[in-house]
Amino acid sequence: MAKTIVVTSGKGGVGKTTTSASISTGLALRGYKTVVIDFDVGLRNLDLIMGCERRVVFDFVNVINEEVSLHQALIKDKSCDNLFILAASQTKDKESLNKEGVAKVINELSKMFDYIICDSPAGIEQGAYLALYFADEAIVVTNPEVSSVRDSDRILGIIASKSKRAEEGLEKTKTHLLITRYNPERVKLGEMLSIKDVEDILRIPLLGVILESPDVLQASNTGIPVINQKNSKASECYKDAISRLLGEEKPYRYIEVEKKGILNKIFGGSR
Amino acid sequence: MSFFDKFLNKKKPPATIAKERLQIILAHERVSLAPNYNSSKPNWIDLMKDDLMEVIAKYTKIGKEDLKINIEKRDNLDLLEINITLPEHHDGEE
Ligand SMILES: Nc1ncnc2c1ncn2[C@@H]1O[C@H](COP(=O)(O)OP(=O)(O)OP(=O)(O)O)[C@@H](O)[C@H]1O
Ligand SMILES: [Mg+2]
Repeated sequence: MAKTIVVTSGKGGVGKTTTSASISTGLALRGYKTVVIDFDVGLRNLDLIMGCERRVVFDFVNVINEEVSLHQALIKDKSCDNLFILAASQTKDKESLNKEGVAKVINELSKMFDYIICDSPAGIEQGAYLALYFADEAIVVTNPEVSSVRDSDRILGIIASKSKRAEEGLEKTKTHLLITRYNPERVKLGEMLSIKDVEDILRIPLLGVILESPDVLQASNTGIPVINQKNSKASECYKDAISRLLGEEKPYRYIEVEKKGILNKIFGGSR
Repeated sequence: MSFFDKFLNKKKPPATIAKERLQIILAHERVSLAPNYNSSKPNWIDLMKDDLMEVIAKYTKIGKEDLKINIEKRDNLDLLEINITLPEHHDGEE
């Protein structure tokens, strides 16, 4: 039986798809058979971030409508044998996802995989609701910024009350806080909410802190998930988060402002 | 704000203002949105009600329906109203 994990946030553009791509790749690299599903029907993007956009023939909605088999729609990742992608439909509208259909697909996938990662769309409509409904665990992606924190709180309320686990009175969905686009310099200047501020407000366990980094744009340009970028702090941050997700203890790196060396100070070294 | 902050006319850092604003609005939203979310999980109003009942029970007998708690928004402040209906022959003043 697979573990189903939703990557969610409420607010748009905070890094869900970036995170889904890196978390699924990271789990697959650790040897777990993993599938990542794009729930953003009508606005698919995960295929681009995973670099498989030209190999999408059939999608999630085709499978739900029983037009094709799951095997026909699953796309094998180009660099990782353990990893598969189920793309969102680009043409159909959001209402084409329904609870029974999604349940059936997740059930079938859970016999084949160790992890099912659900990349949620923004908002709290049908797509976002169904992405979190079946989840055993939730990664709540939050930027250190007021509207993102507020929306995360709202999503946590929905997980706690409207998910399958809540409705059926099962063990609660395990929630994880992932702070993304974190900038230690701005936190030090008092311009940005700190890790502790966000933790104090949302009160769920911290899974990781991903730095604001130009590597993420670079990764999406090339269609290689940022976790696979060499010499990238953002990549290391995601690797640490994977370790914690698997129950390992990892110290937090890069979250303090780096002390600049004397030469750096004089010449104002870049990143 | 410390004396020196005032003296130097130092403003609160934006992050501190952000945190305080979030704490206030979320305390409110958790209450106002909670009932639609989940009736099985008590919100802080219910928890406070239980605590208040316990304290009041030390002095006089009232039923749960005699204690009413209400939150109201007025302009830029939240009003917490607690109404306790005492029984006709309450034995509070001994
Ligand atoms: N750690 C980061 N550092 C810098 N830029 C980032 C980081 N994480 C995400 N971004 C950028 O933020 C933008 C949104 O990212 P992404 O698409 O992953 O968000 P999303 O939550 O999936 O958005 P949507 O709600 O539209 O689905 C992208 O341009 C991405 O490159
Ligand atoms: Mg997305």
